[in-house]
Amino acid sequence: MAAKKLNIKDKYRLLTRDLDWEYSYADRKEAFPYEDFEGIKITDWSKWEDPFRLTMDAYWKYQAEKEKKLYAIFDAFAQNNAHLNVSDPRYINAIKIFLTGVSPLEYQAYQGFAHTGRQFGGVGARVACQMQSLDELRHVQTQIHAMSHFNKFFDGFQEYSHMHDRVWYLSVPKSFFNDARTAGPFEFMIAIGFSFEYVLTNLLFVPFMSGAAHNGDMATVTFGFSAQSDEARHMTLGLEVIKFLLEQHEDNVEIVQKWIDKWFWRGSRLLTIVAMMMDYMLPNKVMSWKEAWEVYFEEAGGALFKDLARYGIRMPKYSDIIEKEKEHISHQAWWTFYTHGHAAGFHTWIPTDEELDWLSEKYPETFDKYYRPRWELAKEMEAKGERFYTKGLPQLCTTCQIPMLFTEMDDPTQTSYRDTVYNGDRYHFCSDGCKDIFEDEPEKFVQSWLPVHQIFQGNCGGPDVGDILSDFYHMNVGVDNMDMKGSPDELRWKQWKGVA
Amino acid sequence: MSIEIKTATLEPVRNTFAHIERRFGDKPATRYQEATYDVQSEKYFHYRPLWQPEMELNDPRRTALVMEDWYAFKDPRQFYYGAYVQQRAKMQEVAESNYAFFEKRDLKRLLSDDLQKQVIRYLIPLRHFEHTANLNNMYSSSQGYGTAITQAFLYDGMDRLGIAQYLSRIGLILDGNTGDALGEAKAYWMSEEIWQGVRALCEETTVTKDWFELFIAQDVVMDALMYDLVYNQYDAWLADNGGQDIGMLTEFMQLWNKDNTRWADAVLKTAAAESADNKALLEGWVTSWKAKAVAALKPLAEEMLDAEAMDKAVAALDKRLTKAGLFK
Repeated sequence: MAAKKLNIKDKYRLLTRDLDWEYSYADRKEAFPYEDFEGIKITDWSKWEDPFRLTMDAYWKYQAEKEKKLYAIFDAFAQNNAHLNVSDPRYINAIKIFLTGVSPLEYQAYQGFAHTGRQFGGVGARVACQMQSLDELRHVQTQIHAMSHFNKFFDGFQEYSHMHDRVWYLSVPKSFFNDARTAGPFEFMIAIGFSFEYVLTNLLFVPFMSGAAHNGDMATVTFGFSAQSDEARHMTLGLEVIKFLLEQHEDNVEIVQKWIDKWFWRGSRLLTIVAMMMDYMLPNKVMSWKEAWEVYFEEAGGALFKDLARYGIRMPKYSDIIEKEKEHISHQAWWTFYTHGHAAGFHTWIPTDEELDWLSEKYPETFDKYYRPRWELAKEMEAKGERFYTKGLPQLCTTCQIPMLFTEMDDPTQTSYRDTVYNGDRYHFCSDGCKDIFEDEPEKFVQSWLPVHQIFQGNCGGPDVGDILSDFYHMNVGVDNMDMKGSPDELRWKQWKGVA
Repeated sequence: MSIEIKTATLEPVRNTFAHIERRFGDKPATRYQEATYDVQSEKYFHYRPLWQPEMELNDPRRTALVMEDWYAFKDPRQFYYGAYVQQRAKMQEVAESNYAFFEKRDLKRLLSDDLQKQVIRYLIPLRHFEHTANLNNMYSSSQGYGTAITQAFLYDGMDRLGIAQYLSRIGLILDGNTGDALGEAKAYWMSEEIWQGVRALCEETTVTKDWFELFIAQDVVMDALMYDLVYNQYDAWLADNGGQDIGMLTEFMQLWNKDNTRWADAVLKTAAAESADNKALLEGWVTSWKAKAVAALKPLAEEMLDAEAMDKAVAALDKRLTKAGLFK
């Protein structure tokens, strides 16, 4: 008798979904203890639609083929000293931010999805999370391997792991993922699986990888291409999660909406550094941050939220503010790093005249009016040998941990500043969005390990800022950072290229 | 005559990342080293987990085991993601051709009805055992400390999902893709006497909180006993009783077990050698889980094999424990 043909859905159900069983001997609630405390109601895990139906044997096979090709490129890249092919050594600073700020997040994503991949009561959801967990481990490790060669020839990569746990601006991405991972499993999925992977990843991943492509960085762009099919799987998981939660129970809608409001705000704050990278750090530009935001958030995200409206979900809170911010945040952030260039883990610089013109063209409403004059002043000061570095330490927002660098959107000469009192202590914020998040979970956010507060409390060594930078952060001040002009990175590049 | 292609040599500024250099000295590092050591965040976490407020997000106190350096758990296979998937891809290629050959030649027809029934009764229910091992290794991966050991748990966990899927495919080969064999095997798992001890033990492991204890329970004790009973002793019995072709379908599990045992034994040895306290702790866990596992597996072992089978499996486990430095 010929065996019956199975369609993919039935086959996957038989191979995977049917593995779990009803417990008789132990308390199943104790085996999956974290499903209830967030208030999410799951009535039937079997309604979970598998976002992708990949069995492990196929996974090993496809992924091994991808890895083989990827590592062949890495080897060729190293052998041929292909770092010499990048557009301009300034570009390297963008991927220093990537390794110190983003790759450790991939690691946290591995950990977070491993947690949900164990803790969800439904086998379909668990297995999907497990595969994403494994993919995320892939991403952090392949990124380390892609950057390994750059680390041998440029300064600022070497202490990425140590720095990620300590440095002031790296606490922004670190705390973002710490927040998601310390949340319950469903909030984690809305935070990372949906908000981040489904919507915002296009604004993180695409700019960095396209930036690599436009600037001759074969190693990073190859990693990007190789990760694309993983990311596609992750996006389908993110979408399934939100639909599943919304369809399971009407009471879930309000909770999910609150998480969407929180995580889109936190996400837009996190992406500030990408905005700055795109507009200021790529010698060959891909597109402006504003354009990227319009394409990937306003158009793609807008269509998504239209689709979710039938569940009663609306656009994230403060979308109107976010829309205005696209004109400003990249300029405000780069200026902050430029003036704190001695405390960054990478080099900063004044944009060239052509770049200033490009910014004027891309930001006709704001750049010439608010930001170009600053750079003209910086140019004058630099010409006089007075390159400016601030002596002060910035005040940080308790929620997003970004220095108070944002302005009111209706008056870009006025710093946006909010505060609230909780249990007799005053807490400071960069925005209404961040203040709302704090006020919703004050007992969580009072725990924030704010790097500047920690310095002033004496928890980071000292006594001088210089001591903290070198001893606590492991920064090689004046080598890893400060201005690109005259840096060892630049000098070496000139030697390699044979230019004076 | 040798030819030498002339390339420009550039002197690197450094050989590897600073944390790798601090551990291994200023020399070029391996891909395993750079992908593994000190990658996990160690300090200055921002918030306590809402789901476990007594712990930090990454916290070595989630097990009673104490290690000076959690990166002492070097994987002898040196698996990072790329090395792992490429190794498993090779194994699955062999498995795929075995399964294809078995189906193309319709080797099922050489198995007596009685033998097919046995396979459904003894082998296919193991997919649920493997599913438990998947959960337990994911638990240790997410609760454990230090990339060296947590990444190995993740690979183990995913391997177990793969093995559960291979076992399911054996069922589908036997029932002609109807799923009947899987249903029958699940019914055995749920209510047949010989499986209830195993099922109760599996359920108990999923409520065990200490992740290193769970490693002892699952990856050392239960796996050692079950794999010896099924993929060694029962496999030999099948080979002698007209079921040798089943061996084509379980070769993956045998190879995998060899590979995974190498890692598990290295972990055990490292943990035991760390301190007398660790050794005592491990011996306590082993003793307690071994007693439970032997009681749970005995009815299965006796019916599937004979009265001596369990002792043989225990002897194989004991040999490994002694080699790892325990109980001596």
